[in-house]
Amino acid sequence: MSDSTAKQSDRISVAKTYKLYIGGKFPRSESGRVYPVTGPKGKFLANAAHASRKDVRDAVVAARKAFPGWSSATAYNRGQVLYRVAEVLEGRRDQFAAEVSASEGLSAKKAEAVVDAAIDRWVWYAGWTDKIASVLGSANPVAGPYFSFTVPEPTGVVGILAPQQSSLLGLVSVLAPVLATGSTAVVVSSAERPLPAITLSEVLATSDVPGGVANILTGHAAELGPWLASHGDVNALDPTGASPADRPGLAREAANTVKRVLTVPETEPDWTAAPDLSRLRRYLEAKTVWHPLGV
Amino acid sequence: MPVFEYAPAPESRAIANLKDHYKPFVDGEFVDGTGEPLKTINPATEEVLAEVGTASKSDVDIAVKAARKAYTSVWSKMPGTERAKYLFRIARLIQERSRELAVLESLDNGKPIKESRDSDVPTAAAHFFYHAGWADKLEYAGYGANPKPLGVAGQIIPWNFPLLMLAWKIAPALATGNTVVLKPAETTPLTALVFAEICQQAELPPGVVNILPGAGDIGASIVEHSGIDKIAFTGSTEVGKAIQRQVAGTAKKLTLELGGKAANIVFEDAPLDQAIDGIVNGIFFNQGHVCCAGSRLLVQESVADEVLEKLRYRVSTLRIGDPLDKNTDIGAINSAEQLAKIRGLVESGDAEGAQRWTSPCPVPDRGFFFAPTVFADVHQSMRIAREEIFGPVLSVLTFRTPDEAVAKANNTPYGLSAGIWTEKGSRILWMANQLRAGVVWANTFNRFDPAAPFGGYQESGFGREGGRTGLEAYLSV
Amino acid sequence: MTATTSTSAAPVTPAPLADATRDDASLRRFLLGLPGVDQVGVEQRAAALGTRSIKKDAKRWAIDTAISMVDLTTLEGADTRGKVRALAAKAVRPDPERQDTPRVAAVCVYPDLVATAVEALKGSGVHVASVATGFPAGRTSREIKLADTKIAVDAGAHEVDMVIDRGAFLEGRYMAVFEEIQAIKAACGDAHLKVILETGELATYDNVRRASWLALLAGGDFIKTSTGKVSPAATLPVTHIMLQAVHDWHGQTGELRGVKPAGGIRTTKDAIKYLVAVHEVAGEQWLTPDLFRFGASSLLNDLLLQRRTQVDGHYSGPDYVTVD
Repeated sequence: MSDSTAKQSDRISVAKTYKLYIGGKFPRSESGRVYPVTGPKGKFLANAAHASRKDVRDAVVAARKAFPGWSSATAYNRGQVLYRVAEVLEGRRDQFAAEVSASEGLSAKKAEAVVDAAIDRWVWYAGWTDKIASVLGSANPVAGPYFSFTVPEPTGVVGILAPQQSSLLGLVSVLAPVLATGSTAVVVSSAERPLPAITLSEVLATSDVPGGVANILTGHAAELGPWLASHGDVNALDPTGASPADRPGLAREAANTVKRVLTVPETEPDWTAAPDLSRLRRYLEAKTVWHPLGV
Repeated sequence: MPVFEYAPAPESRAIANLKDHYKPFVDGEFVDGTGEPLKTINPATEEVLAEVGTASKSDVDIAVKAARKAYTSVWSKMPGTERAKYLFRIARLIQERSRELAVLESLDNGKPIKESRDSDVPTAAAHFFYHAGWADKLEYAGYGANPKPLGVAGQIIPWNFPLLMLAWKIAPALATGNTVVLKPAETTPLTALVFAEICQQAELPPGVVNILPGAGDIGASIVEHSGIDKIAFTGSTEVGKAIQRQVAGTAKKLTLELGGKAANIVFEDAPLDQAIDGIVNGIFFNQGHVCCAGSRLLVQESVADEVLEKLRYRVSTLRIGDPLDKNTDIGAINSAEQLAKIRGLVESGDAEGAQRWTSPCPVPDRGFFFAPTVFADVHQSMRIAREEIFGPVLSVLTFRTPDEAVAKANNTPYGLSAGIWTEKGSRILWMANQLRAGVVWANTFNRFDPAAPFGGYQESGFGREGGRTGLEAYLSV
Repeated sequence: MTATTSTSAAPVTPAPLADATRDDASLRRFLLGLPGVDQVGVEQRAAALGTRSIKKDAKRWAIDTAISMVDLTTLEGADTRGKVRALAAKAVRPDPERQDTPRVAAVCVYPDLVATAVEALKGSGVHVASVATGFPAGRTSREIKLADTKIAVDAGAHEVDMVIDRGAFLEGRYMAVFEEIQAIKAACGDAHLKVILETGELATYDNVRRASWLALLAGGDFIKTSTGKVSPAATLPVTHIMLQAVHDWHGQTGELRGVKPAGGIRTTKDAIKYLVAVHEVAGEQWLTPDLFRFGASSLLNDLLLQRRTQVDGHYSGPDYVTVD
């Protein structure tokens, strides 16, 4: 065994190039920029693609293109696809644990617990796809000879500035609800801890999630956030990953196209806490339908 | 004249992995039941498929105790997130073994492979998938902040959709935190026992699911057992009434899904060709062995002749025969007993003056088969308009106005389902309001989905299965 | 192949339906009074019939029948006489190494190439079909449409594939569409008329049913789905509705009219699904090139490949069938 261990340590590992995830493909940033990613103690981990305004533009186009198919897939189908993501996540548990540990400086055990929580979180949201309408929808007993009902429908393309601290569990907690509703997403990952996000994009690409449903950019929320907030073809914005100082400005930009802007806590919340429906509700539009009754 | 004879395209029987012996499943193990073994036969050939060990009264006691132990020590304590993952595993295992289950189901039940393959098995998997998602979301189901399970559920299911009815029963029970003792029908126990294997493969804790093959006496033992908190029964109205009497005065919670005599109502402005397909699907799906079958066709007089003519042409294209043949539309009647019952009711239709038309399709010599049959000139007073035939026999009545359609449709002690065919939306919704039935299909028929509650009014039973509503049957609320 | 329908130059609407075409208002009432088509229902039925499993002898029979129903088609701006002659050779002997392979039903070309096709196919029994009436858009005058038809017929076309005026149809000017079909039918003389509905532009199944009946009332010998230049072209549900129309037409008039799906049918598997639909929706008697055609080009080679697989017992490859 000692021989093989020695051989192991002599071997030079193959390093991965981390790229963006747009429209089901893995391009480099159109800007050609990268930035070094380091661990908490300053160790160089990789160069991440440094996404630009034009990468945001491309990602929004991809998300919009994917929206009709994803939003009109049956809820059962979306649930199966999202559950498949959890299965593939589970298969990469060790890789995620290593990356979370390296990115967040957690012990191996704690990193594993974070990954387990992220997988369970994904499963929780996968189970909502075919239930949310029966919880939030209604038959409306209107005072007249009409049948009236209200159904929740996905809002459209959602821009997400992902949490800066929690590189995987936080990311899953903000992305999964968007996909569960049937909306599509453009995510700007944590700037300093982007590697789990890119590995998650590899999971999405090898599950059955159609290209463009989730697009993940590595870069800076301060640089890309305003482009998402002002974009005319983005319907909602989650500013979690923006600095508190930047949020009012993003909200004002978003107002120009009446985007739904999530109210988020000042500081990053404890993502291990059990979620509730709020993140699903924000990305749903209630539609009320009336029809007369008669012979 | 060219002839397009479809060559036989049988699914391989080997896929079913049929074994000589099957055994009851108790506390996570296959055990020798102490009941008299039964032989389950292939209704398409009348050959014995396998010998199946059955439970006795004492086995029921052992199974209930195992279920109780699993309930108190493991299952009711387990967080919903973890229960969910077991159910997801089961859903995936059913999907993975779907072909095997489909072939086995067709062998044991006689239903066409295209139905077991495209309907029964995928829908069974879907029920586990759907309910898996509820296991960790019960606080959102509308029954309060922390709804509790009932305990041990005794479940008795029929032979018409063996695996699917098992899924309808076990998935919600497990999702809500109950453990179960389930009795499959005497004539169709095999897929339930393969399901038991799936529970093992999923590493489901022992005792959470127990499966006891047997006849009606074992069902009765389950119903009367004092260690059981909940009875769920799907089957005939007659047995359902007996069960309701038996549990009367006890604390057992009861849900019943019983017989039906559904009206399928066709208006003159219906999309006629699709209505014809819907009528055919409504009564000939699963040989008519469907409690919600559209067995009474109510046609508006102005289109009655046209509908009958189109219907006869369409029915004559149905292919009856080997259930394993992928081109078979109508398989075998499940048992000699059921076949005799169908014949008896058809004779009553002749005797009472209804006009019988039988499809000219060739019928196999061996096995229990009954050619698709349509009775015209049926009136409410005839037995074939009132009694559940549970076979491929359609009774056609006419009506003149929407009110008359409603009056005739509701003129039955049953109330499970109804169909409405019209292109006029307001009439669909008005009719749906008037019809006393638990499920109303408009411009379609026999649609089932785990997200949509199913169940009956009046003598068709009470309680619903599926959807948020269906969870109530297994919660202490 | 012999005509099974009336080929007289002046079509007469059968008595039971004569009222329908008396005037613009009657035609409109008739077409809008046809039973609606439920989209979900017809698509489910088409998909269900698509699961029929056709094996062994049935498959061999279906492949040969499908080959004999192909209207081998080339409708490109780049078509030349050489291309048409090559296609004609293929039509007569689809698989030169397998002489028992049936020939196709017809070769389908533009009017200016009809003479070339007629010459190349003389005595072969393979018909020459020509598109006409300003194919594919049909956006031209009645005079030009009639002249276009005349060019094809004078050059010897046995069959004319006309396009309906979809603009007029969508405007609700049904009588204009009806009269144009009648006029073209008259101009066809003895040639058979296939009426292309271009179902991809009609958009709804209700419209497909109305256009089918309109074309049948006006005397079309065949109703055809598509030009192949618009997506979607032929689909199973659309073909179902058209097969139902000819079935019902036969029930009311006793006349047999044909159906031709065209465009997008490329594989043997697809072709067999269509034959199953012909068999079960229209009826067994429609399983003949007189009453059912495939408008296709690449389909033929797949049928030939599958035919070899069935005969030889192993899979064949694309280099064993001829490419022209």
